[in-house]
Amino acid sequence: MHSAVVAKEGSENFEIGSERTLYPYVTGTSVIGIKYKDGILMTADMGGSYGSTLRYKSVERLKPVGKHSLLGASGEISDFQEILRYLDELILYDNMWDDGNSLGPKEVHNYLNRVMYNRRNKFNPLWNSLVLGGVKNGQKYLGLVSMIGVHFEDNHVATGFGNHLARPILRDEWHEDMSFEEAVKLLEKCMLVLLYRDRSAINKLQIAKITEEGVTIFEPYSLKTFWKFSAFHNPTKGAEGSW
Amino acid sequence: MGVLVKEAIDVPPKGGFNFDLCRRNEMLLKKGVQAPSFRKTGTTIVGLVFQDGVILGADTRATEGPIVCDKNCEKIHYMAPNIYCCGAGTAADTEAVTDMVSSQLQLHRYATGRESRVVTALTLLKSHLFSYQGYVSAALVLGGVDVTGPHLHTIYPHGSTDTLPFATMGSGSLAAMAIFESKYREGLSREEGIRLVCEAICSGIFNDLGSGSNVDVCVITKGHKDYLRNHMLPNPRTYVSSKGYSFAKGQTEVLSTKIMPLREKVELGRDV
Repeated sequence: MHSAVVAKEGSENFEIGSERTLYPYVTGTSVIGIKYKDGILMTADMGGSYGSTLRYKSVERLKPVGKHSLLGASGEISDFQEILRYLDELILYDNMWDDGNSLGPKEVHNYLNRVMYNRRNKFNPLWNSLVLGGVKNGQKYLGLVSMIGVHFEDNHVATGFGNHLARPILRDEWHEDMSFEEAVKLLEKCMLVLLYRDRSAINKLQIAKITEEGVTIFEPYSLKTFWKFSAFHNPTKGAEGSW
Repeated sequence: MGVLVKEAIDVPPKGGFNFDLCRRNEMLLKKGVQAPSFRKTGTTIVGLVFQDGVILGADTRATEGPIVCDKNCEKIHYMAPNIYCCGAGTAADTEAVTDMVSSQLQLHRYATGRESRVVTALTLLKSHLFSYQGYVSAALVLGGVDVTGPHLHTIYPHGSTDTLPFATMGSGSLAAMAIFESKYREGLSREEGIRLVCEAICSGIFNDLGSGSNVDVCVITKGHKDYLRNHMLPNPRTYVSSKGYSFAKGQTEVLSTKIMPLREKVELGRDV
């Protein structure tokens, strides 16, 4: 006779195992988004870390949503994939109306905000910081939704470590109507600092742009790093034996 | 004979902290007595090596929890005529530790008859901080120029050190490091170096809540130093009335006047 614990029917089931997200497992690091002359430019690296291991090196964290928006996410990758499924359904239902109208970035941002906020109210959050950018009818839109439902719209946004390392640079050097080349240079400048100073960043990044014409996600590439400071060659030159 | 009372004679431990009062503090905490908050510097401090020497920079805000308790404090401390040290962390700790090592360096100068070296200050600071196992909460950026050349070091509260061409510490260190990592190169001139240091400190001042007010800069070269206190004041008081405040008679409309004589003052005689 087996002496298993028989689970009682009814409400007791809920006490035995509650299912809430307590911590993230496979995570992506910062996403940076900026407005430029023709639309929005977003960048993220392609790393998926499993704690302190770099487990996945080709994770695409920038995805198009409908005709007018681009979504970038940092945080738990599985929750990001779930969000993409919700958005798929949303866009599908919108298309089924077949009324010539399509959901723009403002509407998608609002939808995501409601989803994130309601999940956090149930103490079961989707562990992501989402960057939503898009252009509709000539209007550029760039916003951020965090895992607790904080949302806002701005000319330049960043998640995770990007808040501390990239935001200061963007506040200093972003200006209205940057050309595509200028904007890419600015993003690369920020990503280089993140590569140097964020331990979960990797040197394989993707840039995505969205304009009135549509979404283009570019091929992944790496940045050139500089390690040849003379102080790095022999740090203890002036003081043998110290460190 | 009476009962032999066992006297608990504690042999005082040699050096470091005595943790006996920690149990008392835990007990008080359980009873709801909160420990007093201490004054932290919540800071942005930076240093960089340029072609002729070292430039140190710091903001000037000191915080006590959420309140700014000193709008214009000095975070660049004197160690020796050719060595200065910026301090982040608990204000008392940074002051005390730099003062102590500064006087030790002076005695050493008298004993040896030579200019102090940066590594001497470094070793004295790191061995002191290590022996207190991180409880002396002082994170320092030490810079100076001696006979062996310009040196820049960071010292962490637990006693580890780094030797770097550019360094930032404090709560605003990420904002300042973003500027350094994107704009630093070797062989900067004096003006370029000062400008970069000011940019980095301003980045900390405007992007970090623990840093603010003004920028202090200290330029150390061979045989000469420039302590530029309040080199930049990017947070002036705006909207100050130039006339000051004056309330002339007739500015306030008088609606009604009622004069009530109070009781006369009574002089008491001597015999009371």
